[in-house]
Amino acid sequence: MSNPTELEWLSLCDKDDLIPGSGIAAWLDGEQIALFYLPGIGNEVFALSNHDPIANANVIARGITGSLEQQPVVASPLYKQHYRLDDGSCLEQPELTLKCWPVRLSGNRVEIGSDSPQVNAA
Amino acid sequence: MSKQQMIVIGNGMVGHHFVEQFLASDAAADYQLTVFGEEPHVAYDRVHLSDYFNGSDADALCLAKPGFYDQDGVTLQLDEQVTGIDRDAKQVITPKGRYDYDTLVLATGSYPFVPPIPGNDNEAGLVYRTLDDLDAIRDAAARSKIGVVVGGGLLGLEAANALKSLGLKAHVVEFAPQLMGVQLDGEAGELLKSKIEDLGVTVHCSKATQQIVAGDSCRYKMEFSDGEALETDLIVFSAGIRPQDALGRESGLELGERGGIVIDSQCRTSDESIYAIGECALWNGQIFGLVAPGYTMAKTLAAYLNDEAAGFTGADMSTKLKLLGVDVGSIGDAHGRTPEALIYKYSNQAEGTYRKLVVSPDNKQLLGAVLVGDNSYYDTLLQYALNGLELPEQPDSLILPAMEGAAPALGADALPETATICSCLNVTKGQIVEAIDAGAVTVADVKEVTAASTGCGGCAALLKNVVDSELEQRGVEISNDLCEHFAYSREELYHLVRVEGIASFDELLKRYGKGLGCDICKPTVGSILASCWNDHIHELPHVGLQDTNDTFMANMQKNGTYSVVPRVPGGEITPKQLIALGMVADKYQLYTKITGGQRVDLFGATLNQLPLIWGELIDAGFETGHAYGKSLRTVKSCVGSTWCRYGVQDSVGMAIRLENRYKGLRAPHKIKFAVSGCTRECAEAQSKDIGVIATDKGWNLYVCGNGGMKPRHADLFATDLDDATLIQYIDRVLMFYIKTGDRLQRTSVWMENLEGGLAYLQDVVINDSLGLGQQLEQQMEHVVATYQCEWKSAINDPEKLKRFRQFVNDEREDPDLQVVEVRDQLIPA
Repeated sequence: MSNPTELEWLSLCDKDDLIPGSGIAAWLDGEQIALFYLPGIGNEVFALSNHDPIANANVIARGITGSLEQQPVVASPLYKQHYRLDDGSCLEQPELTLKCWPVRLSGNRVEIGSDSPQVNAA
Repeated sequence: MSKQQMIVIGNGMVGHHFVEQFLASDAAADYQLTVFGEEPHVAYDRVHLSDYFNGSDADALCLAKPGFYDQDGVTLQLDEQVTGIDRDAKQVITPKGRYDYDTLVLATGSYPFVPPIPGNDNEAGLVYRTLDDLDAIRDAAARSKIGVVVGGGLLGLEAANALKSLGLKAHVVEFAPQLMGVQLDGEAGELLKSKIEDLGVTVHCSKATQQIVAGDSCRYKMEFSDGEALETDLIVFSAGIRPQDALGRESGLELGERGGIVIDSQCRTSDESIYAIGECALWNGQIFGLVAPGYTMAKTLAAYLNDEAAGFTGADMSTKLKLLGVDVGSIGDAHGRTPEALIYKYSNQAEGTYRKLVVSPDNKQLLGAVLVGDNSYYDTLLQYALNGLELPEQPDSLILPAMEGAAPALGADALPETATICSCLNVTKGQIVEAIDAGAVTVADVKEVTAASTGCGGCAALLKNVVDSELEQRGVEISNDLCEHFAYSREELYHLVRVEGIASFDELLKRYGKGLGCDICKPTVGSILASCWNDHIHELPHVGLQDTNDTFMANMQKNGTYSVVPRVPGGEITPKQLIALGMVADKYQLYTKITGGQRVDLFGATLNQLPLIWGELIDAGFETGHAYGKSLRTVKSCVGSTWCRYGVQDSVGMAIRLENRYKGLRAPHKIKFAVSGCTRECAEAQSKDIGVIATDKGWNLYVCGNGGMKPRHADLFATDLDDATLIQYIDRVLMFYIKTGDRLQRTSVWMENLEGGLAYLQDVVINDSLGLGQQLEQQMEHVVATYQCEWKSAINDPEKLKRFRQFVNDEREDPDLQVVEVRDQLIPA
């Protein structure tokens, strides 16, 4: 992850597009991002890679969110491994980590921190 | 060294148990075993013979694990009766030849005693011991309305139950003045009689049958010595057993005065190469007509032949059973024959219960007991009797109803290591503790290792207590908590939601849970909320609770695309609908396959396509099929009386009616139904959670079967129901399952875990023993009345459709999806 001070914040979608307590997928210049919205928890929005490395399918955004031992997590909808929303690490298989991005709510926009300026924003 | 030849004559329960025990020993390597069975069936469970009329078949009753008699070192010759023993040549003789033996084991069992009554030599004389006997009874019953059992002992009452379940008006005729004279005293026998008569079986005691003649209104007339008579269409004799000792008699082995092959404590007969075990054997002047002592003999002999010190020293004849639904228990000296024994009795006519203790003259040891109407006292009393535990100061506190001052049930901790927990397989508490020390952590593990509770099953509750208490002592917590967010079981959460009217996961979590929830508790609570209130699963408070399949109302496949299964009620589909399905599949290039539940599954739909596909399906008249939900899936049917020349009811019509009634019902797990139009059972209803089979009088209802990893035949629940009663029973069974089932527990496991099993469920549903019947029906009525096609509601709601996009900010499909063509269709690359 890059140093936050050098980040460019790019608008991905509206806050209204998010589903409270759940996830949606967004397209970012060839990358698939799973965006989760947990009102009242930490930064409230979390961005992980949508790619499930175990199933080799782009499905992470469609998993169930929750907490395990106080850490916010998402469970892969295919084989149910849990990934931490904060850092993408896999609880069951520690050698696996999903890529994650800095993400924030800015007014009614969801913004993602990127070092690349080419975003196919809505 | 060439192997020694061992021959076992008889492949009944005891003979089979001996073979199992012996083959597991070191000595087995030195022997070649040949087992002769007179019947065409491999050893089966005679204790549960009456299950044969309640949906079990010969396979279900079979005691041998698949392939058991195919292993090296043993040969099983079925349908081959041994007709003689040539002790000089050491050979056994069958119609097919002569076979050498070095060691011979007689496990020939017993045969039913048929009293010499003039007129019983015709086909009226049925008996109740083998599967063939049961087939003969069933054939005769098909031509009968009234049936009589001669003999009011344990087996006679079992036989009466069988006649009753075959739909006959059943009578029991007993020579003695009371029922079950061996196990019960007069007062208990009288109570049992009145309870059995309440269930519609007429009992005639003190009746000696003088002759059987042709009847006036029925096939036969039984004339009694007191001048009275009874008309009946069939007669089953169950007046006791006699040891099957003919081979011993003819070959000159020593027999008892009244029969039985005399054995010593090593089960050896008067010929040192020949042993006898089970009901054909006479030990210390006694024949043991129960399976547990036979098993003990089998085990003793196997150990002895393996050069272990072993001796048979008699056996406990205590029994606990449910006869025609009535609890009966008898322990030790039930009649109080010990000199100066003290008797305690408790009798409650209002409840119909009776309990008696027989206590040693010093008031310290339990010698015997009798129970009628409530066997919950049995386990504790048996442990006191078997282990010589010192009785409490007031022994009667053990049989008084639970109120202040009553003694608590004997906890598992109080039992010594030597206490016998399972008397059929002779497993002690010490052996169970050993199994747990060796790593067993569930009752199932312990059963696997020790074989405890695999005989009659009567000790199941006690076994569970011992296992739970041992695990607890080792710090293994027996937790029913759903997950780390709720310290409640699914059943408790269901209760909280119902009683407190909780309408959302957040509310339940706030009041009774902690954390954010997880992929265990969210779908579980989502399902409970749907079962109770039936809101659309996509309403905002519920949407995040659903598994992806429920969220997108389709089944996610391995590449992240979905399959679509529209409902085809009863499997009936018009050509037009079939064409419409084909057009949609063709247009969206969906891989198409017929399912086992008589539907069509369309694979490979992307998120973007799902609403488009469903728009077209709904226009063609289809509804969602809930293939994605823990809910009713399909009601499979055969074509029934509308087309089939054998059909006796309209099975398709009933299947459609049931499917439309229960569609959308959410439950702890998926539920499958089937309806067959006749007894040929082409819809395979006995492999479903709810199976319905047509009879010429109505419908037979089967419950709690399933296919899958561990298939289970459904149990016959009720017979000849009319449409309204059928639906009433299904309403109650399903709602009771939804109320009490565990997360992801199929109905089969659920029922097996209900204490009391099938009989308990029948009691709750048919007799309304918990007084819940009306409430369960009302709750089902609410779900039925609020049904909506989830896809139809979603398709008209832009807010719900928002999620059906691969990307929130881009119209494209997932570029990583790759397909290849196989047999003219597309599958994931």
